[in-house]
Amino acid sequence: MDISAIDNSFLKHGTKYKGILGWLMSTDHKRIGLMYMYAIMIFFVVGGLLGGLMRLELFRPGQDYITAQTYNAVFTVHGVIMIFLVVIPGLAAVFGNILMPIMIGARDVAFPKLNLFSFYIYVLGAILAIASQFLGKGAPDTGWTFYAPYSTDTNTNVVAAVLAAFVLGFSSILTGLNFIVTIHRMRAPGMTWFKMPLFPWSLYATAWIQLLATPIVGITLLMIIAERWFKIGFFDPNLGGDPILFQHLFWIYSHPAVYVMILPAMGVITEIIPTFSQKRIFGYKAIVFSSVAIAAVGYLVWGHHMYTAGMSTTARWFFSLLTFIVAVPSAIKVFNWISTMYKGSINLQPPFYFTMAFVFNFMIGGLTGLVLGSLATDIHVHDTAFVVAHFHYIIFGGMGFAFLAAIHYWFPKIYGRMYNNKLANISCAFIFGGFTLLYFPQFIIGMQGMPRRYFDYLPQYEWAQVFSFFGAIVLAVGVIIMLFNLIKSARKGAIAGPNPWNGKTLEWTIASPPTVENFEEIPVITEGPYEYK
Amino acid sequence: MENSISHTEHRDDTASKMGMWLFIFTELLLFGGLFIVYAVYRSIYPDDFHIAANQLNTFIGTINTVILLVSSMTVAMSVTALRTGNKSLTLKLLATTIFLAFLFLVNKYFEWGLKIEHHIYPGSELMLTLKRGELLFFGLYYFMTALHALHIIVGMIILLVIYFKIKSGRVTKDDNVLLENGGLYWHLVDLIWIFLFPLLYLIT
Repeated sequence: MDISAIDNSFLKHGTKYKGILGWLMSTDHKRIGLMYMYAIMIFFVVGGLLGGLMRLELFRPGQDYITAQTYNAVFTVHGVIMIFLVVIPGLAAVFGNILMPIMIGARDVAFPKLNLFSFYIYVLGAILAIASQFLGKGAPDTGWTFYAPYSTDTNTNVVAAVLAAFVLGFSSILTGLNFIVTIHRMRAPGMTWFKMPLFPWSLYATAWIQLLATPIVGITLLMIIAERWFKIGFFDPNLGGDPILFQHLFWIYSHPAVYVMILPAMGVITEIIPTFSQKRIFGYKAIVFSSVAIAAVGYLVWGHHMYTAGMSTTARWFFSLLTFIVAVPSAIKVFNWISTMYKGSINLQPPFYFTMAFVFNFMIGGLTGLVLGSLATDIHVHDTAFVVAHFHYIIFGGMGFAFLAAIHYWFPKIYGRMYNNKLANISCAFIFGGFTLLYFPQFIIGMQGMPRRYFDYLPQYEWAQVFSFFGAIVLAVGVIIMLFNLIKSARKGAIAGPNPWNGKTLEWTIASPPTVENFEEIPVITEGPYEYK
Repeated sequence: MENSISHTEHRDDTASKMGMWLFIFTELLLFGGLFIVYAVYRSIYPDDFHIAANQLNTFIGTINTVILLVSSMTVAMSVTALRTGNKSLTLKLLATTIFLAFLFLVNKYFEWGLKIEHHIYPGSELMLTLKRGELLFFGLYYFMTALHALHIIVGMIILLVIYFKIKSGRVTKDDNVLLENGGLYWHLVDLIWIFLFPLLYLIT
């Protein structure tokens, strides 16, 4: 095959400017998405290195390499970078931007300039987050949750980190707003709501959460800043405030934020499984409604972060019930994925392996979430390594693996070239093995009482910390192999052709990589997205 | 190779308005967070809130309410004027709106100035000797009105930009969605004040 597709693609042609400005000033959704992807990959590596530093310190009991204060700063920075710069924008800003308009048959998002503006707000937030590490009296040490009253008292540079989270939230709101309007107004003729592919559907549900939940944390973070600067005392009991109120306001956003992370991940998986089973998705509408149900109910479960913080028994009972209810639509999705594979012609390719790893990790993460969601067991494991293991299984094992699956699935579409399958499978095995070795032991010592956020521990937990350390190394090796494979293949891989996986959604009907305009003629849709014959 | 292909210019007024309404939702939720905090502390410290609220200048507050209501009317009239194609009237009405917004800020300056003269401002020594509920009330008063004043300033800038775009003919009778969205934003700013005014000044 020839490389004319690549020469004609958005990778070579800007919209208005040429060269580097053609990227930095581009309003092309695909270029903006790629810029997000490069930024997010860099921050993922930075956040990962900080995580590695913590594992190194925890390798042996006692203080070895960094002080307790540095350790506090490291887990705070690790959290801020991973949550606000990597995971929350992650799938929506990268693959949502690059592929959602194509999948609904549009030439761009509804507001291309606003899209570019969101990217620069993201960059501003990233600069603030990094500046918070170096300016002022030391890196913030509050944890990414900024709990008051400590966050209003500590001398470290909390304001810059809080401001970064606020600014990044604004970027997230604008992206969500853009996606909602795009999906409402720009679907191709004939694409009714229930003929829309499921990744755009998951982005739609996600966008509503971004829009409705983020402003609350925005104002709460501003209150923290006002409290630090002007001693207003919203959350400081010495000044009449209530620290529990901060926790409520914080989790009203930050729990739905978990669904901002995981819903697009579920959407990606829902695209990959039919393609590699060559079979229509099982229960299309059940998946749509479960996405919407997760978005709706997920809004009302924030209290399960606060069982031990001081709430009435009625409130705790209620939040626990809702937490169990929100597990139902998640489980529905898993059943649908499995049923889609049943009697399909399974094609074992790297994206499918990453997807299988996702489903496996997500089930462990989800079921341990129920342990944390029930009142009695949560008292036992609250603030232990069990919680750390649980949310890493959801965020990394879930969203992270979905991100990797998405890269391997859409890589030939984005770059027009194919990566080395064997290396991709090896990297998948390393990443999955390393991940399991890293986090699974934390469940066990968490159950036994190892607290989270401690830089020292009793000798009986040492075995697990050693396992985790080596897990982290295996994981890092896997990531390096993967990055090597992808970076090399983006420039030199074999030409992939428009539809290497025999996918049925619209992005596979156009050239790889797509041209600037995506479609020469906007397609007319007559049937559902996964009609495999 | 590096020739550039221009994106098809795509205009969809319904989409623009939908985007604005969604943005207004987020703004309401932003202030909604503050209303929750206000409600919580009012229920914890009803007496302190009562005493503190009595010390606000209801007269200036009322004047400002009237100013904002009138400005909302003039901006709505300017939208209608542009639709009928009367450019000079549109510009006059927009200028009036911007002037009223400025007047609001001048009043706010004097209102805050009077409070600051009495040493009631966030972080002052007198504030820290007040009862906890009164401290919270004044804290909320400054925080909410300052955030609202910031919205007034942003609204003024938006309307000013639209003013010059109408003047130079880039926003016209047939392409007026920008003015409509600017007007919507201004109504939001007005609406938030309509809630702040009774919460801070009238309920005593």
